[in-house]
Amino acid sequence: MKTTTFNLLKSLLSGVFFLWVAFAAYASPDAESKESIKEEEFEASELIFHHIKDSHGFHVAGDFSIALPVILWTDNGLVTFMSSEFHHDNDGEVVVEKNGMKFVNLHEKIYQLEAGASSVSLDHEHHPTNAHRPLDFSITKNVFSMLLSLVVMLLLFSTAARSYKKSQNHMPSGFGRFVEPVIVFVRDEIAIPNIGEHHYKRYMPFLLTLFFFIWLNNIFGLIPFFPFSANLSGNIAFTGTLALITLLITWFSSKKSYWKHMVWMPGLPVPMKLFLAPIELMGMFIKPIALMIRLFANITAGHVVVLSLISLIFVLKTAWAGTVSVPFAVFISVIEVLVVAIQAYIFTMLSALYFGQALEEEH
Amino acid sequence: MSLALLQEAAMSYGAFAAIGAGLAAIGGGIGVGKIGGAAMEAMARQPELQGKLQGSAIVLIAFIEAIALFAVVVSFLAMSA
Amino acid sequence: MDLVTPEIGLIFWTTLSFLVLLFLLRKFAWKPILNSVNTREQSIKDALAAAEAAKREMENLTADNERILKEARAERETMLKEAREMKSQMIADAEEEAKAKAEKMISSAQAAIETEKKAAIAELKAQVASLSVDIAEKVVKSELSDKDKQLKLVADLLDGATLK
Repeated sequence: MKTTTFNLLKSLLSGVFFLWVAFAAYASPDAESKESIKEEEFEASELIFHHIKDSHGFHVAGDFSIALPVILWTDNGLVTFMSSEFHHDNDGEVVVEKNGMKFVNLHEKIYQLEAGASSVSLDHEHHPTNAHRPLDFSITKNVFSMLLSLVVMLLLFSTAARSYKKSQNHMPSGFGRFVEPVIVFVRDEIAIPNIGEHHYKRYMPFLLTLFFFIWLNNIFGLIPFFPFSANLSGNIAFTGTLALITLLITWFSSKKSYWKHMVWMPGLPVPMKLFLAPIELMGMFIKPIALMIRLFANITAGHVVVLSLISLIFVLKTAWAGTVSVPFAVFISVIEVLVVAIQAYIFTMLSALYFGQALEEEH
Repeated sequence: MSLALLQEAAMSYGAFAAIGAGLAAIGGGIGVGKIGGAAMEAMARQPELQGKLQGSAIVLIAFIEAIALFAVVVSFLAMSA
Repeated sequence: MDLVTPEIGLIFWTTLSFLVLLFLLRKFAWKPILNSVNTREQSIKDALAAAEAAKREMENLTADNERILKEARAERETMLKEAREMKSQMIADAEEEAKAKAEKMISSAQAAIETEKKAAIAELKAQVASLSVDIAEKVVKSELSDKDKQLKLVADLLDGATLK
C-alpha cells in the first residue's frame, strides 16, 4: 500500500517535471511569436523580464489569458474594472475610461492620464510625460498566486489539524503525517536552538507560517502552468514585506541589552564604542535587507536561469540546442526544488536567530 | 542621433553590469567553495557531527551568497539606471 | 530598476495575506497541531518515566528481599552463636560445680583423716606411754638382777619397740 502511494507520487512528480519542460518549450514560442511580429529579433531578456515581473492578467496559453480585477485608489476615490478592458495591451495604447478618468496599461503599470490628455505620450526614456500612477491595489498575477497559496495553506493545515483531533492518541493521519516532521523540524532545529527553550513557544506560529508561506510560494513559482508560475517569492515587495515583519517583531521582542549592545557595546574602550555604534545600527537594518535580497535574488535567479536555457533554442534558432538546453534546464529545476526549500529554511532560521539575539538577557 | 548614443550607452551599462555580476559570482564561488571544502573535511574527520556541520555550512553559504546577490542586485540597478 | 522597486499594491496584499494567514493558522492549525505533538511527546516521556520508576521499584524490591534475607541469616548466626555460648557456659558451670563439690569432699576427707590421725597419735602416745612404763618396769626389774643383762634388755626392748 505504502509503496503504491510512493510510486504514484513518484510518477506524478516526474510527470509534472516533463510537462513543465514540455510546456516551457511550448509556451516560449507563443510569447515569442507576438514579439517576432513586431521586431524580427527574438529578445530573450524581454521574455525573461516579462516573466519575472508582475502583470495585470494571467497568461494561460497561446492568446488565452485570465482577466484579473484592477483596483485603483485615485484622487477621486476607488476605481475598479477588469484587466480584460485593456485587451492585452501593455504599451499604453488602449485607453480605459472610468468615472471620467482615463487609464492606460504601460508595461504592466497602470497610469492615469492627466485631465485633457487623450493618449499617453512618452519621453525618450519611455517614461510618460502626461500621466501619473494612482495607488494600485490590483489583484495582479502575483497577488492572485498569493491568495491561491493562502487558500491552499488554510485548507491543507486545517485538514492536518483536524486529522489530529479525530484520532484518539494524537496521531496524525493523511497530510498531517507529512507536515508533522516539518513542524517538528522547525521547532527542534530552528526555533529552540536559536530562540531558546523559554521563549520559543511564542514565536512558533510566526516561524511556521513564514516557513510554509515562503516554501509554498517558492514551489508555486516553480510550477510552470496556469494557476501557478507567478514569480511571487522572487518579487522584492513580497520578500521585503516579510523581512519588514521580521524586523518589527525583532524590535517588539527586544530587551534592554539588545539596544545596549548596539548603541554602547559594554566592555570596550570608548573610541571603539563610538566606532562600533553606527556599524551596529546599520547592521540592524542590513540584516532584514539581506533577508529580503537573498530570497528575492535566489528565486529570481532560478527563474532567469531556467528561462535563459530554454530561450537558447530560440536565440540559436535551432531545435538541436534543445538537446543540450532542455536537460540542463531540467537539471537546474531539480536543483531549484532543493534551493526553494533551503531558502525557506534560511529565511526562517535567520528570523529566529534575530529574535534570539533580541531576546538575549544581560549576562 | 542622441537616441542612438543613449542606446549605446545603455547597452554598455548592461555589459558593465554583467561583468560586475560575474565578478561577484567569482567572489561568491570562492567563499562557498571554501566553506564547502572545510565542511566536507570536518565531516570526514567527525562523521558523527554531520547533521550539525551540514546545517551551519548551509547557513554560512547563505551569508556568502547574500553578498554575491547584493552585487547582482546592484548590477540590476546599474543596468536600468 | 523596476525589478528592485517594490510596488505598494503587492506590499499591501502581502501584509494582509500574511497577517490573515498567521492569525487563522495560529488559531486553527498550529495550536492544535503543536498541542497534539506536545501531548504525545509528553505522554511518551511519561510512559518512559513510569517504566523507569517501575524498574527502580523492582530494583528496590529485590534489594529489600536481599536485605531481609541477609538479616535473617545474620539473626540465625547470632542465635546459633548464643546457643553455642550458652552450651559452653553450662558446661563450664557444671565443671565448676563438680570441681567445687570434689574439693569440698576432699577437704572434708582430709579433715576426717586429720582427726583420725590426731586420734591415732593420741592413742599411740598413750600406748607409748604405757609401753614406756612397761619397759621401764622390766628394765628396772632386770637391772635389779644383772647390770649387763639389764642394759641388754633395754637395748633389745628399744630395738623391738619401733614406732610404727
